[in-house]
Amino acid sequence: MTGFTMLRFGLAASAIALAAWSAPASAGPTLDKVKANGFVTCGANTGLVGFGMPDKQGNYTGLDVDICRAIAAAVLGDASKVKYVPTTAQQRFPALQSGEVDVLARNTTVTLLRDTDLGFNFAPITYYDGQGFMVAKKAGIKSAKELNGATVCVQPGTTTELNLADYFRTNKMTFKPLVIEKLDEVENAFFAGRCDAYTTDRSGLAATRISKAPNPDDYIILPEVISKEPLAPAVRHGDDEWFDIVKWVVYAMFDAEEKGVTQKNVDEMLKSDDPEIKRMLGVTAGMGKALHLDDKWAYNIIKQVGNYGESFERNVGKDSPLKLDRGLNALWTNGGLMYGAPIR
Amino acid sequence: MVATDPSRVQVAPAARVALWRDMRVRGIAAQILTVGAVAGLVAYFGHNAIVNLEQRGIATGFAFLKREAAFEISSTLIDYSPASSYGRALVVGILNTLLVSSLGIVLTTIFGTLLGIARLSTNWLVQRVTGWYIEVMRNTPLLLQLIVWWDLLRVSAPLPREAFNPLPGVFISNRGLNISVPAWNEAYLWMLVAAVLGIAVTMLLGRQMHRRQELTGKRFPIFWAGLGLILGPPLVVFLCAGAPVELDTPVLQGFNFVGGENVTPEFAALLFGLVAYTSAFVAEIVRSGILSVSKGQTEAASALGLRPSWTLRLVVLPQAVRVIVPPMTSEYLSLTKNSSLAVYIGFPDFVSIANTEANQTGQVVEVIAILMAVYLTISLTISVLMNFYNRYVALVER
Repeated sequence: MTGFTMLRFGLAASAIALAAWSAPASAGPTLDKVKANGFVTCGANTGLVGFGMPDKQGNYTGLDVDICRAIAAAVLGDASKVKYVPTTAQQRFPALQSGEVDVLARNTTVTLLRDTDLGFNFAPITYYDGQGFMVAKKAGIKSAKELNGATVCVQPGTTTELNLADYFRTNKMTFKPLVIEKLDEVENAFFAGRCDAYTTDRSGLAATRISKAPNPDDYIILPEVISKEPLAPAVRHGDDEWFDIVKWVVYAMFDAEEKGVTQKNVDEMLKSDDPEIKRMLGVTAGMGKALHLDDKWAYNIIKQVGNYGESFERNVGKDSPLKLDRGLNALWTNGGLMYGAPIR
Repeated sequence: MVATDPSRVQVAPAARVALWRDMRVRGIAAQILTVGAVAGLVAYFGHNAIVNLEQRGIATGFAFLKREAAFEISSTLIDYSPASSYGRALVVGILNTLLVSSLGIVLTTIFGTLLGIARLSTNWLVQRVTGWYIEVMRNTPLLLQLIVWWDLLRVSAPLPREAFNPLPGVFISNRGLNISVPAWNEAYLWMLVAAVLGIAVTMLLGRQMHRRQELTGKRFPIFWAGLGLILGPPLVVFLCAGAPVELDTPVLQGFNFVGGENVTPEFAALLFGLVAYTSAFVAEIVRSGILSVSKGQTEAASALGLRPSWTLRLVVLPQAVRVIVPPMTSEYLSLTKNSSLAVYIGFPDFVSIANTEANQTGQVVEVIAILMAVYLTISLTISVLMNFYNRYVALVER
C-alpha cells in the first residue's frame, strides 16, 4: 500500500499543479461539477462500522455516509447518487485538496491547522467524540494512568497520534507507538497482542471492539477521555457556495429532528402550519433558491435519508450493533450540543 | 551527453557550411533547447503549484521543519521526544532507513554470495535446495514476504510475560528480542581505539611479511600474530581499567522489558525480508560472475595443486568480482529503496515519518520534495562508492 499512498500523494501534488489548466473558477465550480457529473464524490472511510463501511455489495452505510447521501439528495434529488472514494487517514486530505473528492465525510476532527494550513472549511460538527484506549481485559488495567511503558497501536497522520503523545507527556509516562496506516492492519496488530493498548476515538474503539475482536468481552475501553474530537465534514477553501450547501444540509438534518419531521411523517408535514417547517420543506419558496438548489432540497434529505436523530440511531445508536448513547450528540433541547441554525 | 561532446565531433575546418548544417552547432543547439524545455516545464509546474496552493490558502514553505513535531517515534538512534522538531523527526527517519539499509547490504552480500556459490555446488541436494530458494524468493512480491515475516514474528512469539528465555539475559517475545548489553564504560572507547590500532599494525605487518615471503620464501604466521595484535591491546586496556563488566539486563516491568537492547519485530521482519529477498538476486549475479571465469582458470589452478577452496578464493572470485560489481550496485540501490516498504509493517523509517509529517502539516509538496532529495542523495552516494570500487577491481585486470 505504500506505493499506493505515495501515488496518491504524487497525484495530489500533480493535480494541484495541473489545476491551473482547468476551467477558470466560476461562482460555484463544485456545484456545477456535481450537477454535470450527476453524482457527489465523497471521501469515505475504508471501513469503520457505524460511520462509513461498505457491505459485501459495496453499498456504504454509516453516519458520515448519510451526510454524503443527504448532500446528494439536496443537490441532485437522489440520495443514491454518491460515488464513494475510500480513503485512509493519510490519503483523505490530499484527496480533498486535489479535488478528487467534493466533500470529506470521514470521521475527521476539526482542528485549527486543518482549517487553515490545509485549506479546508468545516461544516457543522456531526459527532462529538473523544479519544480513549482499549486494552485486553486480562492485562488487568482499570485506568489509562496505568499505561506507563505500554506499546500503543495508532494510525499515523491523525489527531489521535498527537493527543497520545500529549497525554503521556502531561502524565510523565513513556510509551512506544506502533504506527500503521491501514486500519485493518493496526487492529490486527492489537488483537494479536503486539500492542498493549489501541487508541482512537471512543466511537471507533466501540466499532472495532464489536466488529473485529475475536471475543468483544475480552476487551475493555478505559474510562478516560483524553481529548476533544469534534468530527465534521470538510470541503476545500475557495468555494463558498458549496460550503454553504454542505453546512445547511447538516443544519437541516438537526432542524428536522428538532421539529419532529421524520422520514415517515415528512409528507404529512407538508401540510403543517408551522412557518419554519413550511420554509424547510419548500412549501414557502425561497430557501432552496438561496442555496442555488431546488426548493425541495430539505424535503428530499428527510424523505430519503431521515433527520439527524434517525440517522444516529440507525447507524451508531440503539438500532445498531454499537449501541452508543446520544450523550453530547443529543439535541440542545435534550441537553446535548446539536443545535441547528434557523432556516430563514 | 557523450555523443554530442563537441570535442569529439570533428567537422572539416576549411569547408564553410551553413550554420544549421554544422553538426557542432546543431548539437549544442539541441542541448540548449532540451535543457530549456525541461527547465521551462519544471518552472511552469512549480509556478502553477505555488499559485494554486496560495489560492486555496494551503500553507507553503519549509518553516514547518522547525515546529514541534508532537508525535512519538518508537525506534530512534538519536535523542528524540515529541517536543523535538519536525526536522529532527525526519533525521530520525533517515538514520533508521540508513541503519536498516546498511545492515541489509552487508548481510545480503555475505548471504547472497554464499547462496550463489552453493547454487554451483556439485552436491545435488545443496544445489537443488538453493535453486528452489532462489526461484521462490525471486518470484514472489517483497511486500508479501515482509508481511509473512512480520506475522510469523508476531504470532509465533509469546507475550512479554511469557517471554521465551533461551539464555540468561535473552528474552524473545512479541515485543522483539531483548538482550543484555554491557553498560557503557569509558574503558570501552579506549579498547576500541586499541583494537583499531592493532588492526592497522597487523595490516602493515602483513604487507611486509608478504613481501618477505615473495623475496625469501619464508612464511610468517601472520594469522596468529594478527590475532595477538588485535585482541591483546584491548584486553590489556580492559584489565588495566579494572575489568568493568556491568550488564544492562532487560527486566520485565509492567508491560514491557526495560533496559538492555531491543530489536523490534518490525525491524527484524524488515531486515530479514530485505535480506532474504535481495540475496536471491545477488546469488544469481554471483553465479553468473563465477561462470564468466573461464573453466581453464580453474583447471590451471588444480593443475598447480591448489585446493578447491583456494581456487575459489584466490583465482575465481577475484576475476568474478569484475563482472559482479556493476549489477550489485543496482541490487544495493533497490534494497535501499525497498526499505521504504517499512511503512506497511509499522517500522518508523524515513518514508513512514515523512508520511506522518505530510499529513500532520498538510505540506505534501514540500515533504515529497524532501523525500526525493534524500533518496536521490542516498542512491547517488551508493552509486559513487560502488563506482570507485568498480574502478579499483577493474584495475586488477591483466
